Amino acid sequence: MSNSRERIFNSLRRGLGRGPEDAKAQAAVNARLSAMARNLVPQRAQLPHPQQVKLFIEKITALTVTVQRVASTAAVPDAVADYLVLHNLPTEIRMAPHDELRALPWQKRPLLQLSEGPGRATDLVSLTPAFAGIAETGTLMLHSGPQNPTTLHFTPDNHIVVLRASQISGSMEDAFAKLRAQVGGADHWPRTVNMVTGPSRTADIEGVPVLGAHGPRRLHVVLIEDVPQDAAQAQQP
Amino acid sequence: MSAHITSPAFKDNAKAALADPNLRKAMAIIAGPMAGRRVESASELPEFEALRDEAVKIKNHTLAHMDIYLERFEAAATARGAHVHWCRTPREARETVLALCRSRNARTVTKGKSMVTEEIGLNAFLEQHSIQPVETDLGEYIIQLAHEPPSHIIGPALHKTREQVAELFEEHHPDYAPNGIKPGPRSTEPQTLVSEARAVLRERYFQADVGITGANFLVAENGATMIVTNEGNGDLTQSLPKMHIVVTSIEKVIPTLEDVSTILRVLARSATGQEMSVYTTVSCGPKRPDDADGPEEMHIVLLDNGRSEMLGGELQELMRCIRCGACMNNCPVYQSVGGHAYGWVYPGPIGAALDPHLIGLEAAQHLPNASTFCGKCQEVCPMRIPLPKIMRHWREQAHDKRITPPMQRWGIEAWAWLAQRPALYRLATRIGMTALRAVAGSKGRLRSLPLADGWTAQRDFPAPQPGGSFMAQWKSGRRR
Ligand code: SF4
Repeated sequence: MSNSRERIFNSLRRGLGRGPEDAKAQAAVNARLSAMARNLVPQRAQLPHPQQVKLFIEKITALTVTVQRVASTAAVPDAVADYLVLHNLPTEIRMAPHDELRALPWQKRPLLQLSEGPGRATDLVSLTPAFAGIAETGTLMLHSGPQNPTTLHFTPDNHIVVLRASQISGSMEDAFAKLRAQVGGADHWPRTVNMVTGPSRTADIEGVPVLGAHGPRRLHVVLIEDVPQDAAQAQQP
Repeated sequence: MSAHITSPAFKDNAKAALADPNLRKAMAIIAGPMAGRRVESASELPEFEALRDEAVKIKNHTLAHMDIYLERFEAAATARGAHVHWCRTPREARETVLALCRSRNARTVTKGKSMVTEEIGLNAFLEQHSIQPVETDLGEYIIQLAHEPPSHIIGPALHKTREQVAELFEEHHPDYAPNGIKPGPRSTEPQTLVSEARAVLRERYFQADVGITGANFLVAENGATMIVTNEGNGDLTQSLPKMHIVVTSIEKVIPTLEDVSTILRVLARSATGQEMSVYTTVSCGPKRPDDADGPEEMHIVLLDNGRSEMLGGELQELMRCIRCGACMNNCPVYQSVGGHAYGWVYPGPIGAALDPHLIGLEAAQHLPNASTFCGKCQEVCPMRIPLPKIMRHWREQAHDKRITPPMQRWGIEAWAWLAQRPALYRLATRIGMTALRAVAGSKGRLRSLPLADGWTAQRDFPAPQPGGSFMAQWKSGRRR
C-alpha cells in the first residue's frame, strides 16, 4: 500500500509544517541516532561493581529468583544437580547448544541427562547462558543466536541461567552498550533480545498474584564469582 | 467494521455498571492495590519525577521529527529482513493481516496482547474469514471465551470473578485432564485456573501458523519492535510460529535504546508499580539463517487511523501516551463505572481524550463529559499529558457544533462557571449537589451535568491504598 505510505507521510508533514528534505530536522535526527546519548540514569544504576553485584542479588532475590553463588565454572554442574534435587525434578535438562555450557565438567554428575536444542512443549528444566545482569532492576539480558535458542527462556517450568559476576552491569544502558559493542553495530543485531525480570507472572484473575503464567514458574541463577574480591575493590573509583 | 462502539450509550452503560457487584470488586482492585503500588514504586526511585520530564522531552523531540524517525525505522527494519506495511485505515490493516495469514494458509493464529488489534476489530474479521485467533494473554483469553471486550487496558478481565472463569473453562475445555486425570468439579483457585490455561494454550502456541503481537516501541536505531509483558505469552507467540506479525501504530516510534531505557523506567512503575515488567523483548527481523529458533518471516503492520492528523494540533500531546493505564486506575469516574461503559477500545481519561478523534465526536460525545476535572489523571500520567485540557477541548467542540442536546449545554455552562471558582466548586461537591442545583436553577439541568444522574448517589472515591507489591502479596500468600 505504497499510496497509503505516501499519504501518511504527507499528513505527518502537513502537521509539522515542513517538507521531507528539511536539513535542520534531518541533522537533528542524525545527531541523536549517532550519539546514542544517555538520558538521566538513576544513581542506583551507577554504583561501583562490587555494589552492583550486591544490588543485583538483592533485586532478583526480592523477585523470588533463587541464586546460588559458586567460586568457579567447575562447580556449576553440582549447583545444577543440587537444584534439581531440591525441587524434586527429573534429571533431564534441555540445554542451549552453547560452547561455554558444553565446556562445563558434566562428567562430574553422570546422572544428568542433557539434550540440546530449542524449547519443547514438555520440557521441565532449561539451562542457558545469559549475556548480562542489570543491577538496577535485577534483570537478566539474554539474546538469540545459533547457540542461543530463545524458546528455552519461555517453554520450561524451571529456567536455570548461568551468569558470571563480571557480566553484571549497573544499568540497562550499560548492557545495551555492551551488546552493541559485541555484535558490532545495528547490522548485526540479534533477532531477539530478552530482558527477563523475575519469573513469569499474572494477576489477571481477581488481581491475585500467580507465578508461572506461560513462562517459567521458577527462575534460578547460578552465579560464578569470577571477579576476585581484590580486583573488585581496585575497580572502585 | 472496527471494534464495536457503544459509546453513545455511555449513560446507560454507566448505570448498568454501577449496579454490577462484580465490577465493583474489580474496580476496588484497580483503585486500591493497583493505584497504590504506583505511588509506592515511584517513591522508591528518587529520580522518578525527573525521569518523567526526560520521558516527555524524548517524546516531544520524536514527535517533532516523527516522519524522519519513521523513515529510519522502516529502513533499519527492512535491512534486518522485516517487511513494513503502512495502513491508513483499520480496514487496510485488517486486509493486510488477512493477506499475510493466507500466504501461510493459516488456520490458527496466536495473539499476544495488542490494543491496536482491538482498535481495528481484527479478531472478528479473521473469524469471518475462517481463521481462528487465539488470545494468549490470560485476561484476553478469558474475555475472548466470554465474548466480551476488555474492561481495562492492563487487566482486561478484572471484571470476571474466579467462579465465572472456572465456568468458562468448564464450558470451553471440557476434556481438560491434567496428567490424564479428569478433575472433579473445577477448582476456583486462581493458581489452578492459571495452570489450566497454561496447559491448554501451550498446545496452541505450537500449533499456530502465525503469531501476532503488538508493540510498545518501534526503535529507529535498529528497526526493532519491542513488547513489554509479564506472562511471557507474547514471546511464545512470536518465537514459535513461522510468521510473526506485529500490529501497531505509528506513534510508537522512538529514537534509540537509550531513550527506550528512560521510558521503561516510568512505564512499569506507572502501570503496575513494578520496577520492570517481567519480559521486555526486542525483536529485530526474522530469524537469522543460523539461528536455533525464531520466525522465518517478520511483518510490521503500521496503522495511522488519524494519528498523523494529530501532529501540530491540540491533540499532538496525546501521542506521547505509552498506554500504561495509570490515568484510568486513578480516575474517580473510571473507578465508578469501569472500562466497558466507555463503549470503545480505549477507556478512562485517555479514552475520553482520544476516542472522539478516532471514532468521531458524535459517537464519543459523552466521554469527555465523564470527568470531574479533578486533575488526577494528569498528575499521575508519566508522560504528563494534559488530559483535562484535551477533554475540555472536546467539550467546547461539541458545544460549538451543537452536538450536545441543549439541556446539556446549559448544564455545562453552569458547571463551567462553577469550575472556574475552585473554592465554590469544592464546596458545591462537598455539600452535595444542592449548591449546584441553586446555581443551575432547575433540577432538569442538574441531571444533565456530567454523570450527575445515578453517579453521585453511588460513587465512592477509594483512595489509593498501598497494597504491598505483587511479590510481597505473593509471598504472604494473600490469595483471599
Ligand atoms: S494518558 Fe498517560 S497515564 Fe493514561 S495511559 Fe497514556 S501514558 Fe498512561
